[in-house]
Amino acid sequence: MAKIKGSIVVEVERCKGCEICMVSCSTGTIAMAREVNSKGYHYAYPANPELCIGCANCAIVCPDGVITVYKTKV
Amino acid sequence: MKEVTGTKEYIKPENLVYRKSSLLTDDIMHYCPGCGHSTTHRILAEVIEEEGIVHDVIGISPVGCSVFIYNYIDIDWQEAAHGRAPALATAIKRLLPDKYVFTYQGDGDLAAIGTAETIHSCNRGENILIIFINNGIYGMTGGQMAPTTLPGMKSSTSPYGRDVSTMGNPLKITDIVATLPGTCYVTRQSVHSPVNVRRTKKAIRKAFQYQKLNRGTCFIEIVSNCPSGWKMTPVQANKWMEENMFPYYPLGDLKVPEEKQGDQPKTE
Repeated sequence: MAKIKGSIVVEVERCKGCEICMVSCSTGTIAMAREVNSKGYHYAYPANPELCIGCANCAIVCPDGVITVYKTKV
Repeated sequence: MKEVTGTKEYIKPENLVYRKSSLLTDDIMHYCPGCGHSTTHRILAEVIEEEGIVHDVIGISPVGCSVFIYNYIDIDWQEAAHGRAPALATAIKRLLPDKYVFTYQGDGDLAAIGTAETIHSCNRGENILIIFINNGIYGMTGGQMAPTTLPGMKSSTSPYGRDVSTMGNPLKITDIVATLPGTCYVTRQSVHSPVNVRRTKKAIRKAFQYQKLNRGTCFIEIVSNCPSGWKMTPVQANKWMEENMFPYYPLGDLKVPEEKQGDQPKTE
């Protein structure tokens, strides 16, 4: 059976570290980085990229539109 | 531009499912982390772009946190005096009836200083869309009590909680305008979770379609958070909003127009 796989791209400098994407992610792909961006926010990043299914929930709730989502069947 | 990426092999143009609207400028929005204003700006830009009305839409920006909305969405804007956005929108729509005109207002703008303009433009049934962001507080000026602040809710001017015996009751302005004959579509939505964002986007799309059909005033209330004003993290603020704001401001359509033959708006 074909599996749905996805991938996200986070623009680090626009992220404000609100964590709303992290709680909206149903697969636990996203976590907040230990490092900070130039504004001092702990930005979101795909901590478990292999779990991503490209559902785009993170991008839809992201207030600042920092996440771009790709999805494919493998 | 610094980026972090997931699995690189899936990142191909043909696999793209979501990208921020090209109508949003590159300016980083000045809102606090997790603010509902930013999410609303983003979906508004998406709807305008997807409907293909970029050159025919005129927005009226308010006074309040969202005063700089004209810096973030690349369409025609006009700034209004505090609370007077519906009056200005009335004038613009009457002079340019082919354009799509909307106002974007907060609760201090629409439900406090602009109550008269709001109620009378809705009562006249002006063909405009009013987007109303309700976070129960004056966010920009430091979290003072607004007309929409909940009973018992703490703000910087009601530090022991809003006492309804001296400070009055929260104003449900959306319920008021829903009773007016001039309004066509009145709904209350939120933008704190993926499903609510999708519903709000659909509501904004429907409202623009009703405006094209000259059906009357469309009024969309978006119950939003104010993490800084409520002194919570964004995630806590969203949870608090679900537990406290939604019982008082229940989500859903308050008024849906009767469908006339042949003018069924697209739902998707």
